[in-house]
Amino acid sequence: MHQTFDAALEINLLHANQAGADHNRAHFDTWGISCLNLMSSPGAGKTQLLERTLAVLQSEFSIAVIEGDMTTELDADRLRQYGVPVIAINTGRSCHLDSKMVAGGIHRLAHDYNPTEFDLVLVENVGNLVCPAEFEVGEHAKVALLSITEGEDKPLKYPVMFQQADCLLITKMDLAPHLEVEIDRIVSNVRQMNPHCAIIPVSAKTGEGLEAWYAWVRDRIQQTQQLQRSLAAV
Amino acid sequence: MHETDMTKALILTVKEWWEAQPEPIAISQVHLVVGQFTCVEPVSLQFTFEVQTRNTFLEGATLVIRETPLIAFCHTCQTEYSPVIGLQYACPDCRSPLDDIRSGRELKIDRIEYAPVSVSVSNTTC
Repeated sequence: MHQTFDAALEINLLHANQAGADHNRAHFDTWGISCLNLMSSPGAGKTQLLERTLAVLQSEFSIAVIEGDMTTELDADRLRQYGVPVIAINTGRSCHLDSKMVAGGIHRLAHDYNPTEFDLVLVENVGNLVCPAEFEVGEHAKVALLSITEGEDKPLKYPVMFQQADCLLITKMDLAPHLEVEIDRIVSNVRQMNPHCAIIPVSAKTGEGLEAWYAWVRDRIQQTQQLQRSLAAV
Repeated sequence: MHETDMTKALILTVKEWWEAQPEPIAISQVHLVVGQFTCVEPVSLQFTFEVQTRNTFLEGATLVIRETPLIAFCHTCQTEYSPVIGLQYACPDCRSPLDDIRSGRELKIDRIEYAPVSVSVSNTTC
């Protein structure tokens, strides 16, 4: 008898990752922590942006960093100089962080420190414009970085990353005089697929635009803390 | 190559379902729906599925992938349109940005075809 049966599953392929991300976010919410997921291609300036950000914002907020890197702790060591907890996660062959890896980082944070004392967790994802966009880690917002040396067409070529971003930082603005780059075209290419995200041109070298970026971060922290107060009131 | 991770996730989910069945069954086909506006390449997925299912409960099962096109809805024009990935995402008529994606972000296990193992082995691979 050739009897075959058919079962409808209709389950998201990334169901397990998504459930893990929701779980991580629930932890962050109860602890009153805002989590930002920083993503870009390798060399767009995530680590340097974090250095500048930590130097300025750590006097206002209690910050921890979860640092994803394929094999080394080079970036983590750079950030440890700023006196904040940096949890390094070596992703091995994997080209992105997933919610399970970040859960490991969160548990280490909760084990070594009192997590309710933190306001902000910055996740530095593995440098890659493709997969990190599909794997949520429990963040409240996605921050994409695009350096002006990468070319105006990258948002068109890697649309999922730029369509998912809540904030886009156009980095290395100090190099603009040396390049034939049209910033307006980067902006209009992103706007084609993402009418809502904040777009902030910055230079970690000269400090251009960083105040606007800090203001955006402060705003996110405020939103999470309001949410935590309303959760606590229930 | 994140299709390796995607395939792992796929096999784990199918395994969970397979183990939960009251009677022993053999899976012949796994049907996936993969949107064109995802970071997943169907060819790579086929390849990793073949490699990763060797000598497992899914040995010999085929992966059938149905791709869904990117379709967006323009609220200004009140119509659906098909963005051209890599070139044009805004509405071709009024230039409103891509905002409301109606199809193309799917990444799901749609259904599974299976047969009870009591039938002979040759039938289970039909």
